[in-house]
Amino acid sequence: MKTRKNATTRAEPVGREHGLHLLRSMIRIRRLEDKCAELYTATKIRGFLHLYDGEEAVAVGVLEALTLDDAIVATYREHGHALIRGVAAGCILAEMYGRQEGCSRGRGGSMHLFDDRTRFYGGNAIVGAGLPIAVGLALADRMQQKRRVTCCFFGDGAVAEGEFHESLNLAALWQLPVLFVCENNLYAMGTALQYTQSVTDLARKASSYGMPAAAVDGMDVLAAEAAAQLAAAAIRAGEGPQFLECRTYRFRAHSMYDAELYRTRAEVEEWKKRCPITTFTERLRSAGLLGDSDLEQIEAEVAREIREAVAFAEAGSLEPVEDLTRFVYSERRMS
Amino acid sequence: MTTTADTMRKLTYREAVREAIREAMHRDDRVFLMGEDVGRYGGCFAVSKGLFDEFGPERIRDTPLSESGFVGAGIGAALGGMRPIVEIMTVNFSLLAADQIINNAAVLLHMSGGLFNVPIVIRLATGGGRQVAAQHSRSLEGWYAHIPGIKVLAPATVEDARGMLWTALEDPDPVLIFENSGLYNMEGMLPADAGPVDIDRARVRREGRDITIISYAASLFKALEAAEILAKEGIEAEVVDLRTLRPLDERTFLDSVAKTHRALVVDEGWRSGSLAAEISARIMEGAFYDLDAPVARLCTAEVPLPYARHLEEAALPQVVGIVDLVRTMVGGNG
Repeated sequence: MKTRKNATTRAEPVGREHGLHLLRSMIRIRRLEDKCAELYTATKIRGFLHLYDGEEAVAVGVLEALTLDDAIVATYREHGHALIRGVAAGCILAEMYGRQEGCSRGRGGSMHLFDDRTRFYGGNAIVGAGLPIAVGLALADRMQQKRRVTCCFFGDGAVAEGEFHESLNLAALWQLPVLFVCENNLYAMGTALQYTQSVTDLARKASSYGMPAAAVDGMDVLAAEAAAQLAAAAIRAGEGPQFLECRTYRFRAHSMYDAELYRTRAEVEEWKKRCPITTFTERLRSAGLLGDSDLEQIEAEVAREIREAVAFAEAGSLEPVEDLTRFVYSERRMS
Repeated sequence: MTTTADTMRKLTYREAVREAIREAMHRDDRVFLMGEDVGRYGGCFAVSKGLFDEFGPERIRDTPLSESGFVGAGIGAALGGMRPIVEIMTVNFSLLAADQIINNAAVLLHMSGGLFNVPIVIRLATGGGRQVAAQHSRSLEGWYAHIPGIKVLAPATVEDARGMLWTALEDPDPVLIFENSGLYNMEGMLPADAGPVDIDRARVRREGRDITIISYAASLFKALEAAEILAKEGIEAEVVDLRTLRPLDERTFLDSVAKTHRALVVDEGWRSGSLAAEISARIMEGAFYDLDAPVARLCTAEVPLPYARHLEEAALPQVVGIVDLVRTMVGGNG
């Protein structure tokens, strides 16, 4: 069994430009999520809303390892992944507003962001249901001799689903180019890992399928990036699927309906000390790569992006009710 | 020999499906078959026998017993540019893949606002009557027909078994093809150059003036047999083969009912919440004033199918039941 541990160390050097880029990416997600929470309270956004605060280093780090040709399958907590992948913040917010300018025309909402230009195959809100799709996308690439990676994000909750095991077995059996990224935030909604998993070392569990598996500190963007680069390189070299467990933590409630009875405030506060944004900011600062003006500039740019995104969503239009039954079946034939 | 004899040939429903798969594989490199025992074993019902040797393990792909996994992989492959044919051994096992069929295949186009269609074809054996007991005898095609976003086909004839697959593969959206396992050995005549058939329209398989019997798949032949018996008594039944269960071609059976003024639906599904219930409601909505008698239904008894032969026969719609019911319907108002 091949289990790779600690693919990188915290001492990994980072250039100033790249460091600022990673920091900006994480701040973009955080500010977008802050705005979503605010707009939800203001009842501009409805339905379920799952925010990514605390987990930003995972999406930002992992997506650095992918090219625009690669495919992404994500979960219902996917605003950050879509944003970093290149879906405009305005299209994401317009989707949550239920406007037809949204990336899914307002048919999907927060949990179902899709984008064909960036091969972003959604926002899937059935835990575990995205994994077989990722296997199939990779199978299609293999059969068409396309050297691309399919990256599949899912949470620790998905590891208990049959689809997780079926998918890892298939991907390993057929040596398909899938990067499985487990965002282990320690809770399957409100039930802690030790109450749902017989073996809580998820990378070890994955490695039992004969798949190289690594666990990294998901609060460390450089660690996540380095591990994903390593895994993606192995996949591109034809070494088959790879598993990456990113150990992270969700700062906010599971959704806007969660009273958080299952964890203590003290635990949350303890994890917040490891906030991927503040710790990385300090790291860049102490390395002399980040000055106060840099941070101010990033915050100002991001604030403008979010402001414009809100304006875009606010100005969005409602799809005519006469179009209700569109997109049940395709409107065009295929070639 | 006549010209017809030269150009017509006899083959089984099983061979017709196999020919359809083989033709699709030759026609389009993107087509592949995936499922449990489809390759080295030759298919649980021997449908894909010989195809593994012809096309190899990449395109005739044996899968583990992971219905959700390989149906989901089919969906992903369809999204990724392939044209997968996924075989689920029987509809009973499709319940293990219902998540992928209903939660993914049926809704990805809609949830993505039209961005991602899923051109997958899923073939499933269905039906009872072979003494394989409750877990292997379900007819859940009507249940799948409840779901918007998928198309549900039920080929009854050798011609449809041969011709529906290619049309389904050309469809941009998920298509489920239900093959009644009781039909695999049925023989029929096909022209040598038989090709694709439409998947939009029902067909009148027998014309008649006194009553419309609406059915599909294996029950269709029971309806046709009943019609022959009734004809000897002077009752001319029109028999409609639905062919496609979703979307339903209601025009064909409403037109027929407008002519015959009576309707009987024969369906191997259970009666409660069945496809027969849907058809009955549509006749009520669309042809109420044409009716001379209430719409009748003959469905499977509301019981899991038992193993014992006499009990299973009693549970399923049978020719004698159709004949008796039609006699009361026509005689009572005749």
